[in-house]
Amino acid sequence: MTASHWVGRVIRPAVIVGGIGPALYLGLGLLGITAIDLGANPAEKLEHFTGTTTLVMLMLTLTVTPLRRLTGVNPLIRLRKPLGLWTFTYALLHALCYLVFDQSLLWGEILHDIAKRPYITVGFSAFVILLALALTSSGWAIRKLGKRWVTLHRLIYVAAVLGVFHYLWLVKLDTSTPVAFGVVLILLLAARWERRRRKGAPA
Amino acid sequence: MLIRRPPDIPTSEITEERHYVSRRAWLAAAGVTAVAITANRVMAARGKSPAPVVGAEAFADDPTSFKDITTYNNFYEFGTGKDDPAKNAHTLRPRPWSVVVEGDVKKPGRYDLDDLLKGIPVVDRTYRHRCVEAWSMVIPWNGIQLKDLINRLEPGTKAKYIEFHTLYDTTQMPMQRTNIMPWPYVEGLRMDEARHPLTLLATGLYGKSLLNQNGAPLRLVVPWKYGFKGGKSIVKIRFVEEQPRNSWQLLAPDEYGFFANVNPAVDHPRWSQARERRIGDFLKRPTLPFNGYADQVASLYAGMDPRTLY
Ligand code: HEM
Repeated sequence: MTASHWVGRVIRPAVIVGGIGPALYLGLGLLGITAIDLGANPAEKLEHFTGTTTLVMLMLTLTVTPLRRLTGVNPLIRLRKPLGLWTFTYALLHALCYLVFDQSLLWGEILHDIAKRPYITVGFSAFVILLALALTSSGWAIRKLGKRWVTLHRLIYVAAVLGVFHYLWLVKLDTSTPVAFGVVLILLLAARWERRRRKGAPA
Repeated sequence: MLIRRPPDIPTSEITEERHYVSRRAWLAAAGVTAVAITANRVMAARGKSPAPVVGAEAFADDPTSFKDITTYNNFYEFGTGKDDPAKNAHTLRPRPWSVVVEGDVKKPGRYDLDDLLKGIPVVDRTYRHRCVEAWSMVIPWNGIQLKDLINRLEPGTKAKYIEFHTLYDTTQMPMQRTNIMPWPYVEGLRMDEARHPLTLLATGLYGKSLLNQNGAPLRLVVPWKYGFKGGKSIVKIRFVEEQPRNSWQLLAPDEYGFFANVNPAVDHPRWSQARERRIGDFLKRPTLPFNGYADQVASLYAGMDPRTLY
């Protein structure tokens, strides 16, 4: 099989199906079906797990381009859309956890929270970006938006930075995990700048 | 009347196994329809907002299961995750245990714990426990009233405050090798708070000796304050004139104060304190001023600005 076949027939379907994994894990835990134990505070567990999964999926989405350039396997680019859509799906689940479990759908308090608490403001902004990118992910939207599509989808970098700050500002004391995400993000962005610098052209 | 259900629930009535099983069953039933099941609570919370005190009566105060009380803990000496203390606290050796008493007190010294408490009546108290992180439990404690110990030790007139130190021993408390907090953990109370009949030194819960992850063998319980005031695994009690500088206040003075009275009207700078999630529930319930103990303790703070009591 050629690299293109591999990506098209094996890797991409695996990514499309595999993205359900974390949700399945939580779903089974919630139903008490498997040995998965969501612990004493399942609502908190769901919120944290979906938040972390969103950020992991976002980082994986940003890994596609550097990996493609490193390996020269251009068809890898086809993984970007399913990973991006999984990122949005987990962001949506995460936001729902917050809206229902934390806020009991009290919209006044939700708006107040978004306006008042920097970590919520930042998380919400990242969510709005991911929503916009998901809504414009179809082939039709790409054709329709033309050059503007590229500009719009560069906002994923902003969403990633906001996601890391969201995490950094919400931890009580131990910042090691959000800092680790930050380091990964810097490396992923540096890989792009490095190429840009060497080529002397926009990447 | 400390809590609306009888404070002395015979231990036999609350077998942890039954509780645990019933919660799991409820969880299973809840599944994806968790929202629907608790919808009535949403409505309750909605109808009464933003006056959190009203409507709180709609919420039950059933004791939290033994399993949840002993597996969901904040005890950074054993790790920062909620499940870390239950996993890692086996390195703590709660016996033999000695407690140093010092400061302005007639009977200072180093006491064996059993000698220190000998003859002081043990009480059973079921208290709400409200963490500053906006979750809560109901815990059936056993222990002594701190005032009984204070009377035995006979503090002098300069003893305006009492200070509690947690054990500092990196072999027993491995996280103390890191500098995430200033060790040892220090907490304190004003003398009238310490002498209040609600204030306990707990030695057990659910009729059993405290497990290591809950602060064995001796921990402070002050039910109208946020949980971090309850110093665990206490090795030193000091009677002092100056207000102690407690660990969380040292770390982030704008987020955690000395008094740390539960107050739904005073938010933590980063999150709201208006509501809390009772462990076992999905949705939050209103938080009560002084965690529901206002009748007993509000007078201690007469004339003080509640905004300075966080
Ligand atoms: C509407 C938007 C969002 C809201 C309201 C929101 C809210 C929250 C809340 C309330 C928490 C838990 C805080 C705590 O318990 O102390 C949290 C955690 C988290 N969120 Fe968000 N969030 C949003 C969007 C996002 C996005 C877009 C990402 C990722 C890019 C994200 C990543 C995370 C992470 C990584 C955590 C921490 C998980 C952990 O502690 O293990 N969030 N979020």
